[in-house]
Amino acid sequence: MARLIGGVGSSHVPAIGNAIERNLQSDPYWQPFFKGYEPVWNWMEEKKPDVAILVYNDHGLNFFLDAMPTFAIGAAAEYQNADEGWGLKPLDPFQGDPEFSWHLIDSLVHDEFDITMCQEMKVDHGFTVPMSLMWPRQQGRDRVKVIPLCVNVVQYPFPTARRCLKLGEAVGRAVASYEADLDVVILGTGGLSHQLDGQRAGHTNREFDTEFLDRLKDDPEWLLKYSNYELAEKVGPQGVEMIMWLIMRGALGNDIRELSRNYHIPISNTAAGVILFENEAV
Amino acid sequence: MTMRSLKGKRPIPGTIIFDGSQAIRGYQLNKMCYSFNKAENRDAFLKDEDGYCDKYGLNDDQRAAVKERDVLKLLGLGGNIYYLAKLTGIFGLNMQDIGAQQAGVSLEEFKAKLLAAGET
Ligand SMILES: [Fe+2]
Repeated sequence: MARLIGGVGSSHVPAIGNAIERNLQSDPYWQPFFKGYEPVWNWMEEKKPDVAILVYNDHGLNFFLDAMPTFAIGAAAEYQNADEGWGLKPLDPFQGDPEFSWHLIDSLVHDEFDITMCQEMKVDHGFTVPMSLMWPRQQGRDRVKVIPLCVNVVQYPFPTARRCLKLGEAVGRAVASYEADLDVVILGTGGLSHQLDGQRAGHTNREFDTEFLDRLKDDPEWLLKYSNYELAEKVGPQGVEMIMWLIMRGALGNDIRELSRNYHIPISNTAAGVILFENEAV
Repeated sequence: MTMRSLKGKRPIPGTIIFDGSQAIRGYQLNKMCYSFNKAENRDAFLKDEDGYCDKYGLNDDQRAAVKERDVLKLLGLGGNIYYLAKLTGIFGLNMQDIGAQQAGVSLEEFKAKLLAAGET
């Protein structure tokens, strides 16, 4: 049976991809951010997961506003990155695991989640930046197969935080019922507090982010008391992306250990966070 | 057209939520911006801005705001920030440039404010 061995929460803004492209990891601006990933790199190197389920949102590469699925899952053998218009160089394609994708889709739909199934799916920076952060070397990215799980956090109404947590729980059940000898990790990406639009652009909220990180392991339901609108007020309209971390958290169950964490302001216009959980149950 | 989930909410200062009414208002504008994922479309826009805006059916207000590169105005006219970034990228403006523009401060002031938030 497949085993969910751990999960990571991580930011995914394009500026990070740009810094990686230009090798700025030890630049004074970037160093406090990238050093937070060292424990993740070591853990990935030690555990060598076979498959990564990557929870993210598309920002206008694969999905336009003509048709916005609330939850979409990739079921392709390969996922291409492409030009998003403002200059980030596309990365090499990522290898999928269509059979596992279909199992996941099948299991989630039986669990009453209405999933959009995608046999072709371009992946944008929301996907590629976390991949480069988890596996800085091409060789590492080539070794892990991916399943993109795309969430609408662009056009209201977004799914509720509660729905995201429950979807995560269902993803956990789906992985546990997959009859293949695979080690799986789940990545919840986006956030943390940031605001890109309006006069309040540049808004961050350290206090809220810190409480979110503090409670994520033992009390993820804490976030559920805020509607997405209330969250937008606290952490900025784009900070609401943090609800995608709840999908990761929900999938892991309650027998987990926090192995590392980092939080840093600013990365571009955002507060950036990373957290690594290991599943003790497997 | 206020959505049920947003009805009666007090406005968030300096913030426009991209809901259904904004999505309707900005559909053509965002559709044009979506086309800028392709280099040949960015080139076509640069060669003939008016013709390109015509092709996507932008209204006069949107067209004027595109001319002024005024992100705040474009947001009010239904633009979504991720799509507007594809437009401003054509002029070499990144997220921090347009953040400063919207906040009404210089780029240096904008960056300083973010750095200050990191020190508290
Ligand atoms: Fe994002």
